[in-house]
Amino acid sequence: MTDTSSAPNTPPRHGTGAAVQASLARRRRKQIALQACGIGAISIAFLMLFILVASLVSSGYQAFTQTHVTLDVFVDPEEVREERLPRGGFDDVLAASLARMLPDVDTSDRATLRQVERILSNGAQFALRDMVVADPSLIGQTIEITVPVSDPYDQLNKGLIDRETPEENRRLKDEEIAYFDALKESGAISKPFNFGLFTNADSRFPELAGLKGALVGSFWALLTCFVISFPLGIGAAIYLEEFAPKNRVSDFIEVNINNLAAVPSVVFGLLALSVFIGWFGLPRSAPFVGGLTLALMTMPTIIIATRAALKSVPPSIREAALGLGASRQQVVFQHVLPLAMPGILTGTIIGLAQALGETAPLLLIGMNAFITSAASSPFDSATALPTQIFIWADSPERGFVSRTSAAILVLLGFLVTMNAIAIFLRQRFERKW
Amino acid sequence: MNDMTKFDRFVGLNETKISAQGVNVFYGDTHAVKDVSVEIAERAVTAFIGPSGCGKSTFLRCLNRMNDTIDGARVEGQIHLDGEDIYDPKVDPVQLRAKVGMVFQKPNPFPKSIYDNVAYGPRIHGLARNKADLDEIVEKSLRRAAIWDEVKDRLDAPGTGLSGGQQQRLCIARAVATEPEVLLMDEPCSALDPIATAQVEELIDELKRNVSVVIVTHSMQQAARVSQKTAFFHLGTLVEYGDTGQIFTNPKDPRTEAYITGRIG
Amino acid sequence: MTSLAFFVLLLACVVGYWINRRGAQAIRADGQRLHSLASYHGLFSALMILVPVLTLILLWLVLQGPVIDRLTMAALPEGALDGLDSGGLQLVLAEIKSISRGQIFGTPEDWKIAAAEHHVALKARSSALMLGAVIALAAAIMLFARSRVGAEFRARQGVERIVSGLMIFCSTVAIFTTVGIVAALVFETGKFLSLVPLREFLFGLNWEPQIPIREDQIAASGAFGWVPVMLGTLVITVVALTFAVPVGLLSAIYLNEFAPQRLRSVAKPILEILAGVPTVVYGFFAILVVAPAIRSLGTSLGIDVSPNTALAAGSVMGVMLIPFISSFADDALSAVPRALRDGALALGATRAETMLNVLFPAALPGIVGGILLAVSRAIGETMIVVMAAGLIAKLTVNPLDSVTTVTVQIVTLLIGDTSFDNPKTLAAFALGMMLFLVTLVINIFALRIVRKYREAYD
Repeated sequence: MTDTSSAPNTPPRHGTGAAVQASLARRRRKQIALQACGIGAISIAFLMLFILVASLVSSGYQAFTQTHVTLDVFVDPEEVREERLPRGGFDDVLAASLARMLPDVDTSDRATLRQVERILSNGAQFALRDMVVADPSLIGQTIEITVPVSDPYDQLNKGLIDRETPEENRRLKDEEIAYFDALKESGAISKPFNFGLFTNADSRFPELAGLKGALVGSFWALLTCFVISFPLGIGAAIYLEEFAPKNRVSDFIEVNINNLAAVPSVVFGLLALSVFIGWFGLPRSAPFVGGLTLALMTMPTIIIATRAALKSVPPSIREAALGLGASRQQVVFQHVLPLAMPGILTGTIIGLAQALGETAPLLLIGMNAFITSAASSPFDSATALPTQIFIWADSPERGFVSRTSAAILVLLGFLVTMNAIAIFLRQRFERKW
Repeated sequence: MNDMTKFDRFVGLNETKISAQGVNVFYGDTHAVKDVSVEIAERAVTAFIGPSGCGKSTFLRCLNRMNDTIDGARVEGQIHLDGEDIYDPKVDPVQLRAKVGMVFQKPNPFPKSIYDNVAYGPRIHGLARNKADLDEIVEKSLRRAAIWDEVKDRLDAPGTGLSGGQQQRLCIARAVATEPEVLLMDEPCSALDPIATAQVEELIDELKRNVSVVIVTHSMQQAARVSQKTAFFHLGTLVEYGDTGQIFTNPKDPRTEAYITGRIG
Repeated sequence: MTSLAFFVLLLACVVGYWINRRGAQAIRADGQRLHSLASYHGLFSALMILVPVLTLILLWLVLQGPVIDRLTMAALPEGALDGLDSGGLQLVLAEIKSISRGQIFGTPEDWKIAAAEHHVALKARSSALMLGAVIALAAAIMLFARSRVGAEFRARQGVERIVSGLMIFCSTVAIFTTVGIVAALVFETGKFLSLVPLREFLFGLNWEPQIPIREDQIAASGAFGWVPVMLGTLVITVVALTFAVPVGLLSAIYLNEFAPQRLRSVAKPILEILAGVPTVVYGFFAILVVAPAIRSLGTSLGIDVSPNTALAAGSVMGVMLIPFISSFADDALSAVPRALRDGALALGATRAETMLNVLFPAALPGIVGGILLAVSRAIGETMIVVMAAGLIAKLTVNPLDSVTTVTVQIVTLLIGDTSFDNPKTLAAFALGMMLFLVTLVINIFALRIVRKYREAYD
């Protein structure tokens, strides 16, 4: 360097500051535009979730109550005879009793009686029959029973049928609405919590349809899924993470697991249908087969979560145990695995939550059958919660719309609970190293 | 060499470029920089030295408000650039950073071509009216960073493909392309080998002709070689600040002496 | 009977464990030094029993059904099955089985009742045989394991070898699953292609899978061309992505760079909720809210909109994909080293410029990988389209028209009857094969991009 360079050469250009100043407004506008787009995008996502939940709640909350009618039934010995039980004219008995509660009804006219009878749910006569069969001494007596009303009247009571609609477009005629109003006036109508939604199995009549069969089916399927996928997943993850030599085979297994996690669920359904049912001859519609299929789908999730949990246990723990002369398996099963357990359980619960909502493979193995009793073993025919939702969503009766929403709310309730447990486990037990 | 250093020191003592008064920096609950006041001279090299974790890098990042980008960081006190408060709400950090450039510890070229790396600053700030202008700026900046001869035939090659030393000089070229008045360098040589370090140091010497350079360094030899003023930081406080020669030969504070003689660090 | 077998297995394991442990403890009490802990001797016995006996039970359970069925059919009187095709045979078998369970409809022929009794007897014999085999095998292994107990016996190594074997078996289940999928699809597709020529399936422009009503009607020509089904899938996928990609990317950009910490900590869980909603729920959402909304909007604009438009199904699928794309993009953006971001900011770039010019391009490979995975999801998504898209395959790209998809066809063809010999059922497997191949290629490609990208910044 020469001395000349020490003279203040090239003075700082002041062009930079001015140019930056000039560009600032435009650049700030651009930034604001980008931020606005981002906020817009987030809002769309939130709005969608809001509409989703709001529409489900607004159409589903009605299904958590059910309109009932309380009536004094004279068990007419002419219609119901002890020696012919369980057969008997229970429907006529109910219709006659109900007609007596209404003014201006010609109880001798069979057509009118049929019309009155339709106020009651189809299940009412069976409820009465079961009472009488259990206690035949009721014949000839007058008993008070509370039974569900049929779907159109339930809709009417919940305000879902517009009285202003012209009569010919309405599901209930003026006369029928008048009957109901009279019953309501007399205080016979009540709207208690709909326990039937949880204690009844499926039915063709919306007012009787419940989720018990689906809940039981889902329980068996998830249990099977857990019993199979949990040990298999953990075993595979431990082997791949702690023992497997890094070679082509373990690479291939790894690629395989990652791909399985992304295979469309309906393909697993095809596998189950063709292999489990077609080749192995396992029963159709059985929660066991559903659980088996779900287990294959859940396993990759559990493997990936378990490997992550094992990886997060620091090597120092392993070295410490190895240094004391423990074998590699003792190290893993006595030290690493217990420390990784919270992470593994979190991943498992999340995997099971996914499995609980899975629908397509269950449809293919026939878990969308119409089954009116709850399964007593995983090999009985059953539906599951999501397939039940699918069946109800497909049903034409109006009453099933709100039942479907209610069933979805129940399903979402389970999912939220499971995820909350997973989050709790993660926060409570996961330690930072 | 000695004559020139004296002259530079003379110039530097006359004009203050940046003046910081009572600066405190907090990261959440951590008090990282404690009541630091310092005057940084124009067209001179100022070195910040001190053991790691002493707050020198944090303080450096206050000078172009890079701490704004860290969640939970809070800066108190006053920093003036050419008499203007840079933490004034009216000041746009974008504008400030165009004036106060920065080079980081690890070379961080964008995953773009060498040309695009250097042209990025001028492009976003609208410093070039046309392609020819931009070409000129790019060439000049690369020349100033003493890397032009090595890359002039492959300006379209990705900047990430260069060697470490070349990458760092590319980053310097990228920083000077916007014609900053101050250049902050955060341990620019810590990731480089000795030869590349020598090249960068030579470059710093060259740059101070029209830029004020503030350099954070771990190496006291480097501070002694390139700087005219030196500030010694310890545990978040500014212990001593003065001419480089004085700090290294005749430190006033016993802690400075202990550090320079290698007893803390 | 089956549960009894499992109970025997459990009991044998416990007893084996206990006997071996006692044996080892006795040796120790004699003052000899054991190579392995006594509990390892116990575990050795339990595992030695568990693995083969459990395999025996499972194999028996899987195989006994088909074997018994075949024996039952073989024992039928001469001529009872004359002139029946495979469907007819299955019906007879199903009837015999339902009689054997005590469900009698109408008045079955005497030979069927006899066959049902034979079936019941076979089943009982099979169960008894299985129980006997289980007990014999368990006892034999228990004796063998007990004979190995000794001071020098390396029980721990034995246990660890068995455990290793079990873990290796677990790892190969993933391979077996893939093999099972491929085998099932190839096998059934092969049967399909023997009924419908490959060229017709791949290039035919008509998709009208009919149940053959008369014998000579099987696979009426031109009815199994998958082109319109594929086109429908593409239309819905494109609609879904047009909606999901911009919204997902922009929300990721916003959350990653601009959102205040508090919003971010609320928004991310909400997006996770959106991602966790089962697809059957989205399907119901589509028919309950979105389709009617689109329809009434169309009516008010004077456009004729069909009730199950590709637009409705596609846009709801888009909502489903938003969190998927957003979280992938967010991860990719977060993986870009902080140094690059600092570098851009230090040059005086605004945050928007930093994002658009530096972070986003740097994260692009990861983002593209995520979008590809989203494409594969959209193609394979089933419930939304089953509920909200159409059933009739039309050769159209109009999103306001009703189209059908590969997955819809698979489900509708397989719901209800499933005999494996008519082209209608088999067509579903052929479609499944195409679905599997297409998504597999996309997945492998996408996973490779994502992996490469992660390696570049690790």
